[in-house]
Amino acid sequence: MTELAAYGSLRTIGRWLLLALVAFPVIWVLFIASGTTFGSAVSDPKDFFITLLNGLTAAALYFVVASGFTLIFGLMRVVNMAHGAFFLFGGYIALHIQRNMIGGDSALGLSSAQVSFGQWLFPVIAATFIIAGVGLIMQQLFLRWNQGQDLRQALITIAISIILADQMLAHYGGVAQDISWPRTFDKFVNFHAYGIQYTLTRLVILGIGILIGLALWFWLKRTRTGMVIRAGVDDRDMVSAMGINIQLTFAIAFFIGSGLAGLGGAVGGSFASLAPGVDANWLLNSLIVVIIGGMGSLGGAAIGALLLGLTTNFAAAYLPANYTYYSIIFTFVLLAIVLAVRPLGLYGRPA
Amino acid sequence: MSVARSSRLSLDRAIGGVLVVVALFAPLIFTEYWVAALLTQMLFLGVVAASLIFLSAYGGMVSLAQVAVYGVAGFALGNLTTNGNTKGMNLGWAEVPGIVVALAVALVVAFIFGALASRSYGIYFLMITLVFSVIANLIFGQVTSISGFGGISGIPIPDFLSRTAHPDRLYFVTLAVALIVYVALRYVARTPFGLTLQGIRDDPLRMSSLGYNVTLHRMLAFAFAGFIAAIGGILFVWWNAQIAPSTIGLSATIDVLVIAVIGGLYRLEGAWLGALVFVVLNNYAPDVSIVGDRFHTLIGVVFLVIVLISPNGLIGLWERATVGRRRVIPGDIAQERGSAEPTPVG
Repeated sequence: MTELAAYGSLRTIGRWLLLALVAFPVIWVLFIASGTTFGSAVSDPKDFFITLLNGLTAAALYFVVASGFTLIFGLMRVVNMAHGAFFLFGGYIALHIQRNMIGGDSALGLSSAQVSFGQWLFPVIAATFIIAGVGLIMQQLFLRWNQGQDLRQALITIAISIILADQMLAHYGGVAQDISWPRTFDKFVNFHAYGIQYTLTRLVILGIGILIGLALWFWLKRTRTGMVIRAGVDDRDMVSAMGINIQLTFAIAFFIGSGLAGLGGAVGGSFASLAPGVDANWLLNSLIVVIIGGMGSLGGAAIGALLLGLTTNFAAAYLPANYTYYSIIFTFVLLAIVLAVRPLGLYGRPA
Repeated sequence: MSVARSSRLSLDRAIGGVLVVVALFAPLIFTEYWVAALLTQMLFLGVVAASLIFLSAYGGMVSLAQVAVYGVAGFALGNLTTNGNTKGMNLGWAEVPGIVVALAVALVVAFIFGALASRSYGIYFLMITLVFSVIANLIFGQVTSISGFGGISGIPIPDFLSRTAHPDRLYFVTLAVALIVYVALRYVARTPFGLTLQGIRDDPLRMSSLGYNVTLHRMLAFAFAGFIAAIGGILFVWWNAQIAPSTIGLSATIDVLVIAVIGGLYRLEGAWLGALVFVVLNNYAPDVSIVGDRFHTLIGVVFLVIVLISPNGLIGLWERATVGRRRVIPGDIAQERGSAEPTPVG
């Protein structure tokens, strides 16, 4: 009896500790933030809102990439460890299409003034479809006949990501390169509040994230294929027994899921640069987002992306100036808190 | 137990015995380069891979955090025992307390990782431990007070292991540690704790209703395997005299996984077999003109072929060959073919 009571009070203490862990950073950012570059949100709303926007736009890109990862996992229980390699490959494809379209000296890169909207949009769309195709081929050649062996499938995708990463290093070199934004986006938007000027390119990323989210939501909730996918997430065998071609559905989901990695890579390559190692970072981002949100849940991916984007940006901006290097630890703390409370993620359900 | 099966076991034992004898006399058989570079590296990589295989074979947990724990031990040792002239804290401790504290720090980290991951199973466990591994790497890369991007160099080696004075001693110490680790892992698997762990691997729900604390057992197993990996980390630092975030990055994490899978995820011996294949390929592949700098493509292809042909690795192939020739218990073969889930023997 006393043991139970002790356990109960331990839980209460745990809950308060958790609350403090969540509440303290919020209070810190809003009111205290001593020793930081910007100071607290109350004293410097401009930089607070800019950090907030940075967090939201980063979250949008995390969501685009991770939603593809979670779509594939939710339906097929395939953890696509090559998702990060697909991201980088998509970026390199878009980069080369853009350079070929414009010509000129590609070694020095392009400036936005040389690039029209179409010369950005076409490479991005082309890369999306090419990576979607690459993903489909991988699924048909290597994964389809191993259905249900999730560890083996994960190992296969790891092998493919090793090969892809090494071949990309051989073909594209180790120097960081980036896709050029079109001149259409290369400007600042005036918010007419607290004097905030914000770059349009990041708002474009936010727009793409929201658009992809809405499209996926509509596709999954309102179309027949989406209905089959949702039914497949709950019970694959039953869907198959109903006479629905589940293999076709798998192929479609893998096509779209990989395509989202390609799209993410093309947009991410315009936003930051493409280099060896970027694939590992984006695999990490996707994994963290879906572990936080819960594997296979689209809403979970959105929440996970938001939490990750806000945590990384606020930690980097609001740690005391000498300690900004520690910001990565907050990503781990975020993950630890979620796993301690919900081992399957916020929206995760047991398989 | 059929006659054929026991004769296969004795064949395995005979081969194992011969290999241990060869390892003991390695400095007489192989060149100095082979002993100091390849075989020593093979032995400590095998220790790390064995910690992964132990978790996978007896606990059903494929962990990708072993390299992170190995790195924590290595970085802790580097911070504690260096004395100026490099990054990190440069505490200038003597070797023995340095090693003890480094192992303790790694054990604590393994406990924390284990506590967070042990409620997750299967592929979730793999993903969560992978994330831990990458985050550990990023922390060492970014936090300049403990390492920073370039890592820690000039980590002192105990005098009696000095490579110039005694070229073979580090090899023999590593060999002894590897043998002790092998025996210890086999022993732990046979203790009540190890048997409970195997029960949990097969059916966590049933073990839980029998009154076993499933999460605690998984956590302790993870911490124990982390300790073994940490020993591998100390050996690595002695061998390499420096450690950098890039040596414990994603590619090193994957390398250890590749070693374990090439060897076979369900038998401890596979760790050193896989490590031997990896080290030899790593060392000689660049001389082959087709491969050149593309070592990772080669290792990726080898890995892919192994996973596609024999999910139980080279040990699985060997068992299939010997079992097939002697037509032993069909159950064994069915178990091997059944799935990618590791199915340990004894």
